[in-house]
Amino acid sequence: MKYQVVIGLEVHTQLTTNTKIFCGCSTRFGAEPNSQTCPVCLGFPGALPVLNKQVVENAILAGLATNCSITQRNVFARKNYFYPDLPKGYQISQFDLPICQHGHLDIEVDGETKRIGITRIHMEEDAGKLVHADIPGVDDSCVDLNRACTPLLEIVSEPDMRSPDEAIAYLKKLHQIVMYLGICDGNLEEGSFRCDANVSLMPVGSTVFGTRAELKNINSFKFIKQAIEYEIERQAEILDDGGKVIQETRLFDPNTGTTRSMRGKEEAHDYRYFPDPDLVPVLIPDQWIEDVRATLPELPEAKRARYVAELGLPEYDAEVLVSSRELAAYYEETVALFPQAKTVSNWVMGEVSRALNEDNNRSITDCPVTPPLLADLLKLMEKGTISGKIAKTVFDEMYKTGKAPEKIVEEKGLVQVSDTGAIEAMVDEVLKNNPAQVEQYRGGKETVFGFFVGQVMRASKGKANPALVNELLLKKLQS
Amino acid sequence: MEIYDLTIHELHEKLKAKEVSSVEATRAMLERIEAVDGQVNAYITVTPEQALVEAEAADKRIAAGDVAPLTGIPVGLKDIFITKGIRTTCGSRILENFVPPYDGTAVAKLKEQGAVIVGKLNQDEFAMGSSNESSYFGPVKNPWNLECTPGGSSGGSAAAIAARTATATLGTDTGGSIRQPASHCSCVGLKPTYGRVSRYGVIAYASSLDQVGPLTRDVTDAALLLGAVAGYDPKDSTSVNTPVPDYVAGLQAGVKGLKIGLPKQYFIEGLDPDVKRAMDEAIALYKSLGAELREVSLPHTEYAVATYYLIATAEASSNLARYDGVRFGHRAEDVRGLKEMFAKTRAEGFGSEVKRRIMLGTYALSSGYYDAYYVKAQKVRTLIMQDFLNAFNEVDVLLTPIAPTPPFKIGEKLADPLQMYLSDIFTIPVNLAGTCGISIPAGFSADGLPIGLQLIGKPFGEAAILSTAYAFEKETQWHLKKAPL
Repeated sequence: MKYQVVIGLEVHTQLTTNTKIFCGCSTRFGAEPNSQTCPVCLGFPGALPVLNKQVVENAILAGLATNCSITQRNVFARKNYFYPDLPKGYQISQFDLPICQHGHLDIEVDGETKRIGITRIHMEEDAGKLVHADIPGVDDSCVDLNRACTPLLEIVSEPDMRSPDEAIAYLKKLHQIVMYLGICDGNLEEGSFRCDANVSLMPVGSTVFGTRAELKNINSFKFIKQAIEYEIERQAEILDDGGKVIQETRLFDPNTGTTRSMRGKEEAHDYRYFPDPDLVPVLIPDQWIEDVRATLPELPEAKRARYVAELGLPEYDAEVLVSSRELAAYYEETVALFPQAKTVSNWVMGEVSRALNEDNNRSITDCPVTPPLLADLLKLMEKGTISGKIAKTVFDEMYKTGKAPEKIVEEKGLVQVSDTGAIEAMVDEVLKNNPAQVEQYRGGKETVFGFFVGQVMRASKGKANPALVNELLLKKLQS
Repeated sequence: MEIYDLTIHELHEKLKAKEVSSVEATRAMLERIEAVDGQVNAYITVTPEQALVEAEAADKRIAAGDVAPLTGIPVGLKDIFITKGIRTTCGSRILENFVPPYDGTAVAKLKEQGAVIVGKLNQDEFAMGSSNESSYFGPVKNPWNLECTPGGSSGGSAAAIAARTATATLGTDTGGSIRQPASHCSCVGLKPTYGRVSRYGVIAYASSLDQVGPLTRDVTDAALLLGAVAGYDPKDSTSVNTPVPDYVAGLQAGVKGLKIGLPKQYFIEGLDPDVKRAMDEAIALYKSLGAELREVSLPHTEYAVATYYLIATAEASSNLARYDGVRFGHRAEDVRGLKEMFAKTRAEGFGSEVKRRIMLGTYALSSGYYDAYYVKAQKVRTLIMQDFLNAFNEVDVLLTPIAPTPPFKIGEKLADPLQMYLSDIFTIPVNLAGTCGISIPAGFSADGLPIGLQLIGKPFGEAAILSTAYAFEKETQWHLKKAPL
């Protein structure tokens, strides 16, 4: 392709505060329409906004986690436009003094690390929602203002991404960070993490950006990639034909995977931003920033590095385990009780993840086999009370019943047999019952050995200590 | 002396002594409204049933010995105050049938004291005006001369005091809207320091300038009513957390040795001779009482009106965006689509002065003009504040006229909005500076029309202007003169 794509992303993350940004209403998703409203978020005459302090702290957290500088004198501004889901006729946002500026995130694509600039992060209130009236014969739209005035952080990147994959990598990284910080539930479908993409093309080798289109309404990582790819194709076609890309806002249609024009530049709003006289400037002294910094959790990048350096985990394991804060917490809690990092990693990435996946993608925080239970299981295995194979059976039972591993082992009589006499008797029995295979083995067909192991294990109902079985079989067959 | 002639403190004494009940006082007030408001048009909504219920409750409180200064006192509220269950129009067609679901803070404070709300008072639409002629509910007539305006925008609040159809009222002042009508109706009107009284539940005109204040028969009542509504409110981020002094207790402070400044820019050529004479008499009186008077300079005064009409209209253009027909208020019928609904609703709902100011403000905030108008105006505002702070380094209180002329005739200035805007030249700078000012009766013109005197105080210096006003009132007794109604 002769064009280089240039991508900048604007992400809106809805914060998980209990109450809205400028009033005391609940932010819970999915309530009866307009049930979580008051004069303030309905924009009633005479009502005034009062800032939720937690929003400021969440914004500082996000800024610190993305290497931003924190603006110490914050001003809220009104963004004026008319829309039925915007109760006051303006959105309270930030304009020329956003709370965070000049940050960056490092992403990795195809083994290469790349730094993506973050222009700004600002606090603002969300609008409500228009819903189509579900009343026969009524063609009107209805307004649900439960979401109005819920807190958002808008995180704006520099136009630093040069491929859809870089855009996805950046978004996933950002998603992971806000989830780690515990400031956003990260739910793309419910709109808690929304993305607009600015996409333009320029000839390869050029340094002058082309005219961009802003893509809206993209609510999954898959769609973001689709939307950008479609947009690259669309703009390339225009340029190939000698045309000019026009600056406009385009809406992504997930059903067709295409984008269509929503409004052009000439229809762009003049938002008439000005400082909101109902709110006083928010001053953030150094001490406040430091207090928030002290609550900053270990972020995925640091965690991954520590897993490799201190726990000796392979890069791959570390990457998987830190993918969510909850999974990492589960892992760390288990390792604390059973300090064999790699064994625990194998189990968490293996049995635990498998069981959760098969259980309708159940959350790790909801796993019936808690870290202490898993550690107990691994201890039983380490002591030789049960074999690795039995351990998996026990795990499944633990997952189903939530019972302690010792109890399951005892109830089901799964204690590993390490009694040489008992195993020897079983070996003798197997050899006696399979003279043909004994002949084959002694004739040089050593692959039959596995057959004998299997027979002995079956005879022991899997409880025989495999090492002992091997040892005794070899001794008997070679004698 | 009729019950409706009494001040708050006089009626309070009678209520406490059980010489009169709140129900009797309220009935008297409702009858007075019935008798004279047809001529004055001070009320948009009268609430007799609710008032009598509140009066009965007040009488029970009084019987139980639980009497606050406002318990059982019949008060009126400018229709800009949000009142739960009582229609609140803000003088506009767009809110003609709007019944709010909540009470604002000032109203809640009055109710806590057991005040009796007799009705909602006429005003310029959305408080935009200086003559009460922009109200959708018709102009208010000045009780001193029914051909004249009572001033505005709290025209109903001032006229009700002069007509003795409320014992006291609350108004709001964005550029003079309490003080100027108080002056035109010969009552006391106080505009507190920005942040002194909560704006929660007050329909916004210009958020950085709006302030709630009392209109009363005398200075003592102003001190009482201000004390009742003042104070920090967590629901208003711009309210200031500073203690509320006992304003009544401070009234006797006197003016001996007080330094009173006379801003030279306020004593201009072209000041109406009657107003000039009243000012001269006031100055002489203060001198005789031992105050020290000296000229001061507020050099940026001439830019105040222009600055005000950029900042106030810019904020108003945004504040009034919520009247879109979606959630409350008037909605146009027979419209196709959203844009038409917005446009027609607002075209029908707003009057011409409101539209003029929305357009002015929208223009001032528009891309390409923002720096030249809005930002510049904010800078000038800072200079004007600085003017006052400098003056207050030299003096304690400033004395000025309220308006360049006595009340003007209804219709006289309607054709010339600029002329109307200029009539607020002496009150607007106080709002821009965010400080406090009071208007007190200071005499009458040759035609018998009221003339007010303004005392301007330091930020949160309400106690000083109240005691300065009280010293004047005690000597002059202008406030005792009754409108011929």
